[in-house]
Amino acid sequence: MSERIPIIKTYKLAIGGKFPRTESGRTIEVHDSAQNLIAHVCRASRKDVRNAVEAASKVQGTWANATAYLRGQVLYRLAEMMEGKRLELAHAIGAGGEREVDAAIDRVIHFAGWTDKYPQVMGGTNPVAGPYHNFTIPFAMGTVGVIAPDEPALLGLVSLMVPIIAAGNACVVLASEKNPVPTMILSEAIATSDLPGGVVNLLSGYRDELVEHFSLHRELIGIHASGVSEAHRTLLRLGSADNLKRVTIHEDIDFFDDAQCEGPGWMDPFVEFKTIWHPSAV
Amino acid sequence: MSIVSKPSASKIEAPKRLDLRAAIGGGIFEYAPAPESVRPEIADQYGLFIGGEFIEPISGNHFASMNPATEDTLAMVADASSADVDRAVQAARDALPAWAGLSGKNRGKYMYRIARRMQERARELAVLETLDGGKPIKESRDVDVPLAAAHFFYHAGWADKLKYALPGRDPKPVGVCGQIIPWNFPLMMLSWKIAPALACGNTVVLKPAETTSLTALRFAQICQEIGLPKGVVNIVTGAGETGKAMVEHRGIDKIAFTGSTVVGKAIAKTVASTKKKLTLELGGKSANIIFEDASLDQAIEGIIEGIYFNQGHVCCAGSRLFVQESILDRVVDKLTDRMSTLRVGDPMDKNTDVGAINSKEQLDTIERFLATGENEGATKHDVCPSTLPEKGYWCKPCFYTGVQPSHTIAREEIFGPVLAVLSFRTPDEAISRANNSPYGLAAGVWTDKGSKIFDVAKKLDAGIVWLNTYNKFDPTSPFGGYKESGFGREGGRHGLLAYCQ
Repeated sequence: MSERIPIIKTYKLAIGGKFPRTESGRTIEVHDSAQNLIAHVCRASRKDVRNAVEAASKVQGTWANATAYLRGQVLYRLAEMMEGKRLELAHAIGAGGEREVDAAIDRVIHFAGWTDKYPQVMGGTNPVAGPYHNFTIPFAMGTVGVIAPDEPALLGLVSLMVPIIAAGNACVVLASEKNPVPTMILSEAIATSDLPGGVVNLLSGYRDELVEHFSLHRELIGIHASGVSEAHRTLLRLGSADNLKRVTIHEDIDFFDDAQCEGPGWMDPFVEFKTIWHPSAV
Repeated sequence: MSIVSKPSASKIEAPKRLDLRAAIGGGIFEYAPAPESVRPEIADQYGLFIGGEFIEPISGNHFASMNPATEDTLAMVADASSADVDRAVQAARDALPAWAGLSGKNRGKYMYRIARRMQERARELAVLETLDGGKPIKESRDVDVPLAAAHFFYHAGWADKLKYALPGRDPKPVGVCGQIIPWNFPLMMLSWKIAPALACGNTVVLKPAETTSLTALRFAQICQEIGLPKGVVNIVTGAGETGKAMVEHRGIDKIAFTGSTVVGKAIAKTVASTKKKLTLELGGKSANIIFEDASLDQAIEGIIEGIYFNQGHVCCAGSRLFVQESILDRVVDKLTDRMSTLRVGDPMDKNTDVGAINSKEQLDTIERFLATGENEGATKHDVCPSTLPEKGYWCKPCFYTGVQPSHTIAREEIFGPVLAVLSFRTPDEAISRANNSPYGLAAGVWTDKGSKIFDVAKKLDAGIVWLNTYNKFDPTSPFGGYKESGFGREGGRHGLLAYCQ
């Protein structure tokens, strides 16, 4: 009996709830630790980034306007779908994969619970010195770009992405360059999670090619990144000079540490606090 | 004889207009002059406030600070070079460990002392602000100075409560903060910057705008009087070059800037390759939306408050007025009437509503916009009857009708007493036209319909939304913008985020 020839899958991009190939027609080979070819992923282009931002911006308002209760349930559903793909994800991560997947799922659970609590914890009424009712509410800011670290490929990405969407934003994510496969598996979990198509868009490709396009895209109002080089950090911060992007870049962070990676502080940079005044005198 | 014509069935028509000034006898009931009589002591020349002392700039250079209402020189102010900035940053760095290490309660007590001293010297500060900046004394007396003192009082109380302010976090100071402020609310902007920074344990180097340094220098004296540890607050005076030296300085951990969007973007570019933290409070072109079911007389007051307060030198000024089409004529008539009673002139007169334009440069800018407004086809309504003084920089408040959204005066920040009036038909149209701007600082909405007002407030891209009111400020109320109006908030619990890490 001859040995079975395995199928080598080509992972596609995830844009607007669909799985297109890159418009550029380019792919990248992915090898395992023994240098065996295990898959291909798409090598996204500038046009793919633009398509993804467009898809995200189109659906962001719908997502932000969903009730906080519903958004919480949808994120919980995402955790359920990841749990179903637990072994596949762990296998794609390699050594230590199960621990990482568990931490990533738990992180989703953590932020799923914030959707209907964050506005109470970080908003509130302001006791102004006058006859006014005055209150502050956080609102989603729009579409945010995420540059995931190389490692931990899945947990790093999830930690950067979930606070953004929990706050009602949409995002465009550039996956770990070193191991993009877990991200592309995650896209399959997202597609079945009830998240409206386009709230999360996942791209694989090279940071050297794409970071610039994230930085300069005027429809992106925020950037959340970790594990980027000094040159890329500067490039991303230059986006602030272009359209006042809100840029947050984490360094020296242990994504396995809940104390560092949980809490409302992860959502603060991706909301706009709106303060509303109304006279309360007759 | 009736002056009211019958309203037609289809549209509410404006009543026939009555010249209000003529009806009350023209100018015969004008107010007598009511000049503020306090004259604060102003030195001929000021040094830089570094390490708790006033010292001369290394270059020995000074520039004149002028009263824009008279063009008289008030004092000579030191021009800080990059070497002076260096000394100030070093003083702030040296003071940092002790200040950050002080208990929150003791930091707070120094700040309470500052607040008290500002209250005690309120009259003097208000007069100085008006002399140096040109704003009406009633505004510096009733708004700028009381709010500045309140800001210190409010933040003094935060100093020992930071762990309650940011749940689950252990806030640490950012370090040495470089703060650059504008000329429109000199002392108030100083307090918005310095008070939260000190409460969170930071030390500061602050640069006031070159046309309005005097209250900042008086504030420096207050720091001396209350025994604030040396180097915790440093004031460097100067123009753009001094600010640039601060932005580029490696010893500064955070830059906080309030000013124009152009300069804000340039600062963002400069600090991109560093790890400096940045908060920016930039320009605006805020929309003030009047629905047909608004209380019109209140709305008119809100329009006036929104755009003519402080000569329109307000980043959140309601400079785009959107009026529902059915009431456009009535609003224009009422606005014309109301503006015929605005008094423009001597800022030191307690009856003055609109004072002097802050500088020749700003007056030139406003006049360029006025010319553009007419060239692009809008109709100017020059309805303010005041006679302008011969000396000084003045601009009569005015408004334009027939303004298209594409017109320059409907898109760009003028920073003067100039209002663009536009119309709309439906709430959705009002919202989309209001949001059609790269800015997103503030907005106003006027209607007596509760559900509509909250729905519109929710949908406006603006960091501050005033409903049936405009241009209200409070230390407990976070202030800051969406989109290209900047990032970060000042005031309230949210303002602390910018000064902790």
